[in-house]
Amino acid sequence: MAEQKEKFAELQKAIDEHKDQKGALMPVLQAAQGIFGCVPMDVQEYIADALGTTLSDVYGVATFYSQFSLQPKGRYVVGVCMGTACYVRGAQKVLDRVQKELGVDVGATTADGLFTIQATRCLGACGLAPVMMINDEVFGRLTEDEIPGILEKFKA
Amino acid sequence: MEQMIPLTIDGVHVEVPAGTTVLEASRQAGVKIPTLCYLKDINQSGSCRMCVVDTGARAFQAACVLPVSKDMVVKTSTPELREARKTVLELILSNHDKKCLTCVRSQSCELQKLCLDLGVENGDAYAGSVNHYDVDDVSPSIVRDNNKCVICRRCVAACDKVQKVGVIGPVMRGFKTAIASPWQLHLSEMACVNCGQCITVCPVGALHEKDDTDTVWKYLSDPEKHVVVQPAPAVRAALGEEFGLPMGTSVTGKMVSALRRLGFDKVFDTDFAADLTIMEEATELVDRITNNGVLPMITSCSPGWIKYCEHYYPEFIPNLSTCKSPHEMEGAMVKSYYAERADIDPKNIIVVSVMPCTAKKFEAKRPELSNGGFPDVDVVITTRELARMIKEANIDFGKLPDGEFDDLLGESSGASVIFGATGGVMEAALRTAYEVITGEELKDVNFAAVRGVEGIKEATVKVGDLDVSVAVASSTAMASKLLESVKSGEKKYAFIEIMGCPGGCVNGGGQPIVDANTRATVDIRKERAKALYNEDQGKAIRKSHENPMIKKIYADFLEKPNSHKAHKLLHTTYTARPKYSK
Repeated sequence: MAEQKEKFAELQKAIDEHKDQKGALMPVLQAAQGIFGCVPMDVQEYIADALGTTLSDVYGVATFYSQFSLQPKGRYVVGVCMGTACYVRGAQKVLDRVQKELGVDVGATTADGLFTIQATRCLGACGLAPVMMINDEVFGRLTEDEIPGILEKFKA
Repeated sequence: MEQMIPLTIDGVHVEVPAGTTVLEASRQAGVKIPTLCYLKDINQSGSCRMCVVDTGARAFQAACVLPVSKDMVVKTSTPELREARKTVLELILSNHDKKCLTCVRSQSCELQKLCLDLGVENGDAYAGSVNHYDVDDVSPSIVRDNNKCVICRRCVAACDKVQKVGVIGPVMRGFKTAIASPWQLHLSEMACVNCGQCITVCPVGALHEKDDTDTVWKYLSDPEKHVVVQPAPAVRAALGEEFGLPMGTSVTGKMVSALRRLGFDKVFDTDFAADLTIMEEATELVDRITNNGVLPMITSCSPGWIKYCEHYYPEFIPNLSTCKSPHEMEGAMVKSYYAERADIDPKNIIVVSVMPCTAKKFEAKRPELSNGGFPDVDVVITTRELARMIKEANIDFGKLPDGEFDDLLGESSGASVIFGATGGVMEAALRTAYEVITGEELKDVNFAAVRGVEGIKEATVKVGDLDVSVAVASSTAMASKLLESVKSGEKKYAFIEIMGCPGGCVNGGGQPIVDANTRATVDIRKERAKALYNEDQGKAIRKSHENPMIKKIYADFLEKPNSHKAHKLLHTTYTARPKYSK
C-alpha cells in the first residue's frame, strides 16, 4: 500500500503542475496512465475531486481516447494495426491469430498478466503493412503463421 | 449603445445586437429554424446539424452557434437544406428503436415531430448496425433507455450545468458513443439526486419517470384497500397543459373531480400538510433562534435537495429542518389521525401522492419515513402519470366540473399553495413566524423580496425587534453556490429555503414536458408560479396557522407544534451518503 501512496503523491504533483491551466484533464490523465499503468476508478475519482470536475467528465475523456486504459494492462501490449493499409493487407487475420494464440479478446489481458491485445488506429508504418507492435517493438509484413513464434519469444 | 447588426433571413430584414446567433435572430424575423440538440443558454453546441442554414459560405452552418454579421443573407429553407436536414434525421433513425406507438413520449417527442414536419418518408434509409442497450430501470425515480437516445446531450447539460450533479455524460467514441454513468453504473448507484431535470429536457423517450400507474390501478380496483390521494401544490398549476390548456392555468377544481372519477376513496390535499409543515418548521426555527440551535436552518421539503445535501454537503445535515416533507406529513396524518377518526385499519389504507417530482418516488421508499411498519406514502406518481391515468380512463378533463377536496385533511391556506414556487415556503414560514414571535398581526402578507425566479434571493425581514436574514435558492447548483458562501463565512443567514429544481416545484422533474422551442421564448417557472400566487391571492385565509383544520388537528390530536407526538409522526432524520459508489 505504501507503493500506492507514493503513486498518488506523484499524481498530485502532476495535478499541481496543471490544475490552473485550461484543459488540465488531458495532461493529468496522461500522467496518471504513466504512473499507474491505467486509470482505474479510484484514480479517476481522485482526479475529479482535485480538478473540481465531475467523475462523468473524467470518465468520458478516459474512454474517448484509446491511449487510456481502465484496467491494468499486461506486461506486453500487443497492438495490431487496423488502419486502412494494414487492413487491406490482412490485419484482421493477424489479429484473429493473436487472439487465438493468447486465448483472450481484443481489449483483454491474459490471466498470467503477460499480454494485452489491442486493435489500434494507424501506427504510421503503412509501408510495412500489416504491422503489429509489442510494446515499442515493431513487427512488419506479417503473416499469421509468424504470430506464434513472435509471441513465444516474449513468454520466455 | 449596443451595436446593431442588420441582416436578412429568408428575405426578412432584421437588426439584432452584435453577438446574437442566427437562430435567435430568426425568431425576430418570424422564421422558424428546426432544432434538436439546442436548449437555450444550456446546450448550444451545433452538433446535431438540424439548424443548418445557407449563408453563401462554402458549407452549411449551424444557426445555433453562428453569430450574425453585417448584411448577412441567410436562407433557411432551400431544397438542399431540406434534403440535408432529412438526411440527418434518417441517420439518427438508423440507430433508433423507432417504437413510437408504445413510447411514453409519443406526441411530445421532438424527433417524431421533426420527422413529420420535415417529411421523412423512410425510417430505414440507412439501415445498418444498431446499438442495443440494456434499459436502466433500477432507480425508483428515473428510467434511462439509450435505445431511444439521440445523444443530443441536453440531459448532460441539465445534470451538469443546471444542477451541478453531473452523474451522466458521453462515454466512448464514434458509433459507440453513449450517454451513461461512469463504469456503466446504474443511476441508482451514482450520487444522482433523482430531480428528473434530465427527463424534462430530453427531446425523445430516452429518459422518463419510473411509471407507477399500474400499481395505483391495482390498488384502486382492490376492494380491501381504502385509497387516499393527495396532489402537491405545483400539480394544479401545470396539469392543464397535458390537456391543451395554456401554461399557467390553475386547474385545482377539475383535478379534484378527475381524482374522484378515477376512484380514489378520499381526495385530500398536500396543501393541508404544507400548512402543517409551516407550523412545525416555524416553531423549529423560533426554537433554534431563541435557544442557540444550529443556524442557518434549511428547509427540507425538496427531496432532490435533501439527497443532494446528503451526498455533496453532509456537513449541513445538522442545519436541515427535521420536518418531513409535506406529502410525507400528510401520509403520516392519514394513517394515524384520519385512520382513527374514520375507524379504518392503517394496514388497509393506501396513500398515493401526485407530485411534480421524480425525487419523491425515492423519498417515499426511505425506511425512516414510516410509522408502525407502514410507509407514510405508498405510491408516488408524477403530474405526467396522473395525466396518463386520466386519459386512460377516458375522462374528458376540459368538461369536468370543479370539485372540492375532502374534509379533515383537505383544507388549506394561501400560504400552502405557494409552496410550489421558489420562495414560497420562505414566505409562508415568515407569515407565521412573524405572528408567533411578535404576537401582532402581520399587515402585509406579501413578501415580494423572496418572490421571483432568480437562482438566489436574499432578504432581511423585520420581525418585531429582530432582523432575520434569509436566503432562497432554487436548483442544486444554486444551492451549492449559496452553501459555499455560508461555509466560507462570507454570508450569514438565520433561515434558508432550498428547492432542488430551478424555479421550485412548478418546474419539477415530474411536470408536463415543454419542448425546447417553447422553452426558448417562455419562462416556465414564471408562468406556472403565477397560477399559484393568484390562487394564494384569492384565498380568504392566507396564513397557515389560521387554517381552522390545522387548529383542530393540534387541539384534537397533535397537542402543539413540535410536541412529542408531532415529533414522532412529522419529523425525520438524514443520512450522509458517499459522493462515489464504492
